[in-house]
Amino acid sequence: MTGAGSWSLGEQDHHRITEHLNDLLRESNARCALLVDRTGQLLAHAGDQLQFDPTAFASLTAADFSANDQLAKMIGEPEFASLFHQGEKESMYLADIARRVILVVLFDQRTTVGLVRLRVRQAVGDLVRVFDEMFQRGASGQQAARPFLEGADDEIDKLFGD
Amino acid sequence: MSMINYASREINCKLVYYGPGLGGKTTNLEHIYGKVQPDMRGKMVSLATETERTLFFDFLPVDLGTVRGFKTRFHLYTVPGQVYYNASRKLILKGVDGIVFVADSQIERMEANIESMQNLYDNMAQYGYDLTKIPFVVQYNKRDLPNAAPIKDLQSNLNPGWPVEDTAKQREVPDQYHPGDLLVYEADGGWVERAPYFESVAVSGDGVFDTLKAVAKLVLKSLS
Repeated sequence: MTGAGSWSLGEQDHHRITEHLNDLLRESNARCALLVDRTGQLLAHAGDQLQFDPTAFASLTAADFSANDQLAKMIGEPEFASLFHQGEKESMYLADIARRVILVVLFDQRTTVGLVRLRVRQAVGDLVRVFDEMFQRGASGQQAARPFLEGADDEIDKLFGD
Repeated sequence: MSMINYASREINCKLVYYGPGLGGKTTNLEHIYGKVQPDMRGKMVSLATETERTLFFDFLPVDLGTVRGFKTRFHLYTVPGQVYYNASRKLILKGVDGIVFVADSQIERMEANIESMQNLYDNMAQYGYDLTKIPFVVQYNKRDLPNAAPIKDLQSNLNPGWPVEDTAKQREVPDQYHPGDLLVYEADGGWVERAPYFESVAVSGDGVFDTLKAVAKLVLKSLS
C-alpha cells in the first residue's frame, strides 16, 4: 500500500446503519449515537439534534480512541474495545466497530451505564456485520472499481483556478 | 483515507501539516481559519499546552468547493513538532491523504528540519505509506527573516528528490509553480522526482493558500 486509499459509504449502507443506531437508542434510552471513522470523519448520526460542532467532535473522538489504544498497548492489552466517560449529567460510551469505526453513545440520567453497555454490545455485533460486508464488497471490487473522480481533471483544475 | 459519503454527498480528505517545532504549522491553520468564510469552515480545535505549544494536534475542517456534485471537505491537522511528542505525532498520520511539510527557513533550524523530515518518512513507513507516492508538498516558511537559508540549500537538504523507477514516468515534468524548474528531471544518468515547494510567511499569510490549494488539488487528482 502506498497511501491510505479511499472508501465510500453508499446511501443504502447509510440507511442500514442509521436503522441500527435508532434501534440502539430505543432500547437503551440514550440521547443520541454517532459513528465516526478512525481518521476522525463523522459517518452517521441518530437521535437528538447535536448541540455542538459534530466535525470537531468526530476528530476528537478518533484522537481519544487512538490515544487510548496506545495506552492499552503500553499496559500489555491489545486494545480497549470500549471507553466510558462519565459526566455530572451527560456521559458517553465509545465502542470499537471492526477496528475501522467508533460508535459513540451520549446518554443522561434517564438511563444507566449498565443498560447502555448491554445494548451497545448487541449493536456492535450488528454494525460489525454491516461494515464487514461493506469492506468486503469494496475489497472484491464490486464497489466503485474505477476511480471516483475519473475524468474530472478539468473540473478539479477549474476549482483551483488553473 | 479519503471517504466518499454518498448520503451527505461529500468527499472527506485528511491533510496533515508536519514539521519541526515552532516552524509555523499552527500559524498556517490560523491564517486559513481567519480568511475562509465562516460557512466554508468549521470550528478550529487546538489541543495545546498552557504556553500555546501544540500538545496533540490542531484541527480545522474547510470546504474547498464542489466536484461532480460532491462537496470537498478537507480536514486539516497539525502535529506537535517537538521531538518528544512522537507517539501523538504518529497517531495523527493515520489515514492521511496529503502532507504539507512546513520547514523553518532559518539557517540554525536546518538540523531540526532534517530530523523532522526523517521522522516523517519513518512514521509513514510504519503505517506502510510511501511518502513518494502520496500527495506531498514542502513549504519553506519564514522567508521574510534575514537569517533565512537560500532555497537552493533547503531544497538540497530537505527535498533532494527520489529516484523514478517507473519508465512510463521518466519524462520531464515542469514545476507549474516555478516556471523554468522541473519536478521530474534526468540527473546523473537517472530520473529524479521532487515534491512541489512553496515559499511562505505564514504570519502574514503569504504562500499559505498556495500551499493548501496545491496539496488539495493533488489529493483530488489522486482520486481521478
